[in-house]
Amino acid sequence: MLINPFLEKINQTPHANKLNMQLVGVEESAITIKLPFSGHIIGDPFDNIIHSGAITTLIDTACGGAVFQTQQNFRALATLDLRVDYMRPAVSTKDIQAYAHCYKLTDTIAFVRATVFIENINDPVATAMCTFMRSQQEFPTT
Amino acid sequence: MQLFKTIAELKAHNDYDGLVDLIPYAKSIGVETSMVGDHIVSTLKFLQSNIGNPALPALHGGVVAGFMENTALFHLLWEVKLERMPKIIDFSIDYLRPGQATTTYSHCDIIRLGRRVALCNIKAWQHDIDKPIAFARGHFLLSNNDQS
Repeated sequence: MLINPFLEKINQTPHANKLNMQLVGVEESAITIKLPFSGHIIGDPFDNIIHSGAITTLIDTACGGAVFQTQQNFRALATLDLRVDYMRPAVSTKDIQAYAHCYKLTDTIAFVRATVFIENINDPVATAMCTFMRSQQEFPTT
Repeated sequence: MQLFKTIAELKAHNDYDGLVDLIPYAKSIGVETSMVGDHIVSTLKFLQSNIGNPALPALHGGVVAGFMENTALFHLLWEVKLERMPKIIDFSIDYLRPGQATTTYSHCDIIRLGRRVALCNIKAWQHDIDKPIAFARGHFLLSNNDQS
């Protein structure tokens, strides 16, 4: 199985780098990304609940990565829309993971589903659906 | 609900900065909140660390979404008499334009305020309020009486 070299750069953009997001798993058309616990993603400091915004960012990043893995090139993407259902608060000091699967690519649009979980994917924190516009141009690779 | 108690005190003193200081995520992405006329407007100052696409450059879509979720949360806390922290149920965002490397503003409208659930519409813009960069909607759980 080919791994899109773009995925190695997934944590090099300034915001992904700040959150220290890391690629932890790759499949044919799916990837898993980890968001390590840190103080600045907290939304409720008394109950140690992670801010939903940090989870949305993890989802957006994982979904974009899943499209790159599926398309196996550097064609640029823009998120069109993103819908997240939050099943339960992420009360944790543990790492959070997002599994994102790109289940359909058309020439112009990519469709992705994602599941966010802490330890067990069958007990999700959130699920999401996301669509991307696919550009005809490629991201600069240097 | 310690956080909520502290927020109630800040609210009593109209201390917006204190609210941002309390929420580490809001502070870390650069949220500021103020009153513009009768409206609460949240501001996201530009930070290099919010960039998601260095080639354009553009803000990370997740930061824009997180900022708008936070706008709705702050809006509910200020405008509605609540007994606990609202919990986000779902959130849906449409991206209209890339978020440029500049200040972003956001405002929330409560579309429906029920006993248990509120539906919020959130708009985000940069240079021109008539050229929004994103629209979002989300449901927030205000109480879970039926579960207790």
